[in-house]
Amino acid sequence: MRRLRNIEEKFFRVLMFLSTSIIVIALTLIIVSILYKGLPSLTWEMISQTPKGGFYFGKEGGILNAIIGSLYLALASTILAFLIGLPVALMMNVHLVKHKKLVNAIRFFLDLLWGVPSIVYGAFGFTVMIYFGLKTSLLAGIFTVTLFIIPIMVRGMDEVLKTIPRGLMESALSLGSTSSEISYRIYIRQVISGLITSILLSFGRAIGDAASVLFTTGYTDHIPTALNQPTATLPLAIFFQLSSPIPEVQNRAYASALVLTIIILIISIASRYFSKRYQKNRIKN
Amino acid sequence: MDQKTKITISDLNLHIGKQQILKNINLEIPEKKITVILGPSGCGKTTLLKSLNRLTDLYPEMKVTGNIMIDNDDILHTGEDITRLRQKMGLLSQRPYPLPMNIYNNVAFGLRISGRKKKRFLDKRVEHYLKMANLWDEVKDRLKDPASALSIGQQQRLCLARGLAVDPDIILADEPTSALDPISSEAIEKKFVELKQQYTIVMVTHVLRQARRIADYVVFMYLGEIIEQGTAEEVFDNPKEEITKQYLKGTFN
Repeated sequence: MRRLRNIEEKFFRVLMFLSTSIIVIALTLIIVSILYKGLPSLTWEMISQTPKGGFYFGKEGGILNAIIGSLYLALASTILAFLIGLPVALMMNVHLVKHKKLVNAIRFFLDLLWGVPSIVYGAFGFTVMIYFGLKTSLLAGIFTVTLFIIPIMVRGMDEVLKTIPRGLMESALSLGSTSSEISYRIYIRQVISGLITSILLSFGRAIGDAASVLFTTGYTDHIPTALNQPTATLPLAIFFQLSSPIPEVQNRAYASALVLTIIILIISIASRYFSKRYQKNRIKN
Repeated sequence: MDQKTKITISDLNLHIGKQQILKNINLEIPEKKITVILGPSGCGKTTLLKSLNRLTDLYPEMKVTGNIMIDNDDILHTGEDITRLRQKMGLLSQRPYPLPMNIYNNVAFGLRISGRKKKRFLDKRVEHYLKMANLWDEVKDRLKDPASALSIGQQQRLCLARGLAVDPDIILADEPTSALDPISSEAIEKKFVELKQQYTIVMVTHVLRQARRIADYVVFMYLGEIIEQGTAEEVFDNPKEEITKQYLKGTFN
């Protein structure tokens, strides 16, 4: 009996070690290949200039248009999705606390929306654009990406709000708080680090998604100066460069991927720093 | 009772689905006394306490019928603002839930949300209530520290100060010492005895000795029913019901 348990323990240890190794190796390979192919092409010119004539045939220029475009798009959509999503998540966990069935239905639909491929959001955004007679533009992209990341944002925040012990709400109610005071003065403070994580997750999806912006933001070599102009994005820059037959241009696709990875890295580090800073008031469960 | 009654509960029933949690509760809770609700785990003590300030509202599966009168307000069927009703009752729960903010703001929170925001006024009140809860000397130099950094015993006293700060008439305490060490427990008990000069205290406990030490009135509950109620002397020295006798002797199962 004891021997059997030991074998079982060993078996699962090996299994877990193997799966962990597979993940770590795969991720390392991706990063190494981006670095290996991208780093030599990642020049200052690449990140400080817009594409010049012949850029897509290996001549001079850079992807500043896509960097700026992606940042505009991702930042604006994340802010919008946060402003819309936070009240929804708080309402589900505070105001609607008596309506469990309704909240579970909302959760179910958000999960469904989370699973819808982003190309469908792109197509939906495109339909709406045509209806309003809009052309491909930064605004249309922001609109589509916001819709696309709202389920991610809301469910992320919902999951952290769900962990707040009921006793905290009971205590706050006994002090005479209204639901909104509980939401905005107490719950937000309690889970601020989790909220920051949700924002980061949504930002990562927003900046990394190609399909939702394919029809809606279009592509251009210029840096947008207004919301109604088409805008380049990094994922599409990667896509266009990678589909080129010229090896030099293909390597630039990896350099663009490297830029995207670095942006996400910076955002991750910053958000970790801020969530640590604001965690000190948190009440432990 | 020649004592003035603060809370009158009549024909209170509470169901969760088909299960009946509280059965025909009829109870008068006297003003400015400590009323202890005693009974084994799962007998409905906590639920009874929570129905007093309508925290039962948070649980849609609970169906409450009957009447609870507090100062002639029918709180189960009132059109009055529920937040104002709850403010009249401070709550101490089984384990302390300080708010996720610093010590000062924990006490000032209730005052701020009721519209009193002047700093000088808040400073005075915070000091006053922290002293009242015997916490001031321990925290006066670190009022800006997060409340979560305090020990459990200190947190419970902070919750007491925070509850008192909104100026309630009634203190509801749900096994307030069950998570505390003996010294902190004793501090809370002593405080309660002092506080009954000004407040009506309703405390739930399953600690018999604690009930003996501080109760004026005792309500003994078993399986959702009130078995016996009366002054501490009556219930402890001359229990009428067989079940109460067994519980007091400790031969109960």
